[in-house]
Amino acid sequence: MNEYTGVRGTVWFRAFTGQASPMPGDPKSVLTADAPLGNDHARFLCVVPDSHARFPCARHGEVGLEEAATLATRVREVIEHDKNTIKRPIVAIVDVKSQAYGRREETAAIFLAAAAAADANGSARLAGHPVIALVVGHALSGAFLTHGYQANRILAFDDDGVMIHAMHKEAAARVTRRSVDELEKLAKEIAPMSYDIRDYAKLGLLYKLLHVENPEKPSQQEIRNVESELIAAIADARGGPVDLRNRLESTAARETRKASILVRTKLAAQWLEN
Amino acid sequence: MNDKGYNANFINRQSFIELDARERATALFDAGTSRELLGPFDRVESPWLAMQGVTPQEDDGCVVMKGKISGQAAVVVALEGAFQGGSIGEVSGAKMTAAFDLACADNERGIRTSAVMLLETGGVRLQEANLGLATIAELMGSILALRKFAPVICLTAGTVGCFGGMSLAAGLASYVVMTREARLGMNGPEVIEQENGVEEFDSSDRELIWAIHGGEQRYATGLADALIDDDTLQIADAIRRFVSMGVPAVHRSSQVALYRNRIAKLDTSQQWDPKGFRALWTTNGSSEEKR
Repeated sequence: MNEYTGVRGTVWFRAFTGQASPMPGDPKSVLTADAPLGNDHARFLCVVPDSHARFPCARHGEVGLEEAATLATRVREVIEHDKNTIKRPIVAIVDVKSQAYGRREETAAIFLAAAAAADANGSARLAGHPVIALVVGHALSGAFLTHGYQANRILAFDDDGVMIHAMHKEAAARVTRRSVDELEKLAKEIAPMSYDIRDYAKLGLLYKLLHVENPEKPSQQEIRNVESELIAAIADARGGPVDLRNRLESTAARETRKASILVRTKLAAQWLEN
Repeated sequence: MNDKGYNANFINRQSFIELDARERATALFDAGTSRELLGPFDRVESPWLAMQGVTPQEDDGCVVMKGKISGQAAVVVALEGAFQGGSIGEVSGAKMTAAFDLACADNERGIRTSAVMLLETGGVRLQEANLGLATIAELMGSILALRKFAPVICLTAGTVGCFGGMSLAAGLASYVVMTREARLGMNGPEVIEQENGVEEFDSSDRELIWAIHGGEQRYATGLADALIDDDTLQIADAIRRFVSMGVPAVHRSSQVALYRNRIAKLDTSQQWDPKGFRALWTTNGSSEEKR
């Protein structure tokens, strides 16, 4: 487990909301609060470790059945509440090491619980809520798909403790039959394989990379800076389409994701032929 | 559903599982109506595999076909489990997402277009790691947009099954169709054993694997909408039926209260017997709160 997992999530959740507690009836591992953000009253959500979690395989900051179901509930609550009024921003503070790997989780369909959380976030975005992900630590694999990856705008700290990836290094090395050293070397050359957030930025998926000197102990000024970046991202999201096309339209994406763009252009042309 | 007993026409059956992705997709359309888009001759292949000494494939293991199902416009995307385990790379993911976006645009123009995804995949292709993961997130966004207009049907026939990030895509489907030979889950047995030990999941225990991830269990616990024999005609028939049913009143992945309550009631102090679990999670949630 990453030494930062949970610490950073809690620090930033508290920085924006002034507290760090779950909503009544929720597991301790999911923090939810509403707090002012610019002219909005935003909903903030964060998954944190709970060493006494009911599910044994979800005690180290993993996104498990209860975490996913709670996120889905708390996001849907906002969609329902704002049905006929201004759509509040939803901010996912992301510091998640992985999904929960367990037999109970598989039996009780963690794939569906995770899909339900992604459904809630994606549906909120499609309904016009600005959904923002702020990656302050780890954002790995299924956990990121569950919490954060449906956002209109993704922001991350340009920091060595930040990692967005499909699989943690040890497992990826095992599966691809390489040593961790070999994997890191290869990852340096191939942008989508890299564990470095600065390489991830080259994929064009990020709205912005933010610098904070020490993300575990941000200064008041740094918190205010990040806050204004969130406000700017919300305004930008409100001014754009509700789908995820911005991820392919960025300058970086036009370079790195040429193949994706080619697929879309060619498929669109062939779609119309008869 | 024809899910019980021995089929008298066993000999006349044509196995669907034995078909490759292209043949599977073709078999679902009204005869003579389908055409492949961005096929192998277009040669849009993964730009990342060759750099790592892996031979790419000219369709990147993903077949996109457009045509008619029960006389209605439909698009089928089929993953080829035989190529890199059906894994999702930049190109295969972009093909699925682009096809669904085009179907969505047609629906918006009043041309009702349903979608079927044939998922045989272990999830993200590790050689394209972050682009695989990103494209799954984008595909999920496109499923959510499309399923407002027309059903998105997930068919997992086997034998690869559907795992990893793509299990979330399956989770968003309007309907899930499985065979007994198919498996559906987020984390495969090997991954669980590696992460949490053999006592958590013994990946050599075939019986346990099928008891948890198998199509029969998923159907019996209400997580799949149909369990069909490995028979091409029966599978195509089931797909037609779900296309005709249209968009469900509430998608399974939006029934948050129902599943949250089910999870809350589970006794987590011990491992569960998968058969016994069927009594807790029945096929029908209508007696429980449904929202």
